[in-house]
Amino acid sequence: MTEILERRAAITGIGQSQVGRRLFRDPLELTLDACLAAIADAGLEPAQIDGLATYPGATGPAGFSGAGITEVHDALRLELSWYEGGMESPGQLGSVINACMAVACGLATHVLCFRSVWEATAAAKTGAIGVAAAAGGGGRAGGVRASGAMQWSLPFRAFSAANWIALYAQRHFHEYGTTKEQLGQIALNARRNAAGNPSAVYRDPLSLEDYLEARVISTPFGLYDCDAPCDGATAVIVSRAEVAGDLRRPPIRVEAVGSALRGRPSWDQFDDMTTMALRDAGAMLWERTDLRPADVDVAELYDGFSFITLAWLEALGFCGKGESGPFVEGGARIARDGELPLNTQGGQLSGGRLHGYGFLHEACVQLWAEGGERQVTAREPQVAVAAAGGGPLASCLLLTRG
Amino acid sequence: MAEAPFRVLPKLTPLSEPFWTGGEHGELRFLRCTACRSWVHPPQPVCPGCYEKRLEPEAVSGRAHVYSFTVNHQAWIPGLDEPYVIAIVAIDEDPSLRLTTNLVDCAPDAVTIGMPVQVVFEPRDDVWIPLFRPADA
Ligand SMILES: [Zn+2]
Repeated sequence: MTEILERRAAITGIGQSQVGRRLFRDPLELTLDACLAAIADAGLEPAQIDGLATYPGATGPAGFSGAGITEVHDALRLELSWYEGGMESPGQLGSVINACMAVACGLATHVLCFRSVWEATAAAKTGAIGVAAAAGGGGRAGGVRASGAMQWSLPFRAFSAANWIALYAQRHFHEYGTTKEQLGQIALNARRNAAGNPSAVYRDPLSLEDYLEARVISTPFGLYDCDAPCDGATAVIVSRAEVAGDLRRPPIRVEAVGSALRGRPSWDQFDDMTTMALRDAGAMLWERTDLRPADVDVAELYDGFSFITLAWLEALGFCGKGESGPFVEGGARIARDGELPLNTQGGQLSGGRLHGYGFLHEACVQLWAEGGERQVTAREPQVAVAAAGGGPLASCLLLTRG
Repeated sequence: MAEAPFRVLPKLTPLSEPFWTGGEHGELRFLRCTACRSWVHPPQPVCPGCYEKRLEPEAVSGRAHVYSFTVNHQAWIPGLDEPYVIAIVAIDEDPSLRLTTNLVDCAPDAVTIGMPVQVVFEPRDDVWIPLFRPADA
């Protein structure tokens, strides 16, 4: 069998900036706070970092990216052997998978990977929400016209990923009888876990009644099915496995990754809209390891919208296809002391939209048993999965301790 | 039709123009390969079925079925207050051919997955936006 090259990579340090709603802080400063924290956490000096990776790079609407490669490279005066940043990758963690490959192939020894957002402050400053900034419509009234993939959604006032993902959720409800109450368990579980995370943006208790009565966004999604824009940055250090053992911490091994997209790369032309690209990324991950879903002690699965987590549970084989609703029913199974502790930091729904990297950060926290009040203690986590992305963008990593 | 709602209009290109302007003649048009007969959407210069460059616009019946839908309540843009239905419809001639669209002439709570629908066009400047209404019984 071809060598599983990601096993030549390990995570050796993590860092996170202050996280919050409307911090009004310099986004590059937040980014550097996370980066320097991760470097120190690994027991490295900035001069030892010779690789840099990020998603999505310096691009997108205001708030979507706090810093690109060039800014971090220059601010820390790094001497790099390898670097990359971009949006056309299998979700946010595609950048971390690239870093694993870079160290595995000998292009770099210690890669600093980061993701930084300031969406809460940006929204407060401009009053604009993402694509809605195209107001004017491009007709005689002026404004911008939609081109590329956006021309197939914006003219129909499908402005937001909330709409695009709601269409997947509704189809899943239709085919499998999934209910709003079941979907709600993702939000309620996130809120319960956020109570144990001092950095989470929403920590007040949330009841099923609160959840069901919340303002409707786009059926079947209400307010609590949508993650919370925030400001914050997360960084991880990916090191070549053979030197990782000499650092400050016991390294976290990368057992397998999944980055596949075997269906059409499209929000509305994807073959089976009860699942997403996650199906392919999840399948690929298990093709690369002898571990099985039952071996996973903690799952950190993207929840930009609640339904995406249900789709990841199925994609990663924690339950059968179409069975994620009954799987989470009542919430006990996915609770911190349950069979599959899920989104132990509060996810993005209650923790804040750190956009993918927060799940990887939390998987490492749990494997290093540093979760404090939110640490999984029913057993000592040895295997964790971190997964990010939704719709046509997805990737995941299976991590093991020591 | 009631006062036309806010829309971001598509930018026309030589490839996309047949789709966005077919409504002028009451036709919903997609590219179709004259070699292998595949329907192709979104428009592209090479057939994904046989890789020939023999794609021509061709009208379909305009009949489709609702594959999924969502009722949007959020005012993403000020003034966008009334709930409206965003749907994905599967085109009858080839159900793998889908469109994101709006359902009109239909109460949001009357929409069901699988319901038959029929195209109608909303003219805007130089484009004809394909929307769908419930099919005649
Ligand atoms: Zn062909």
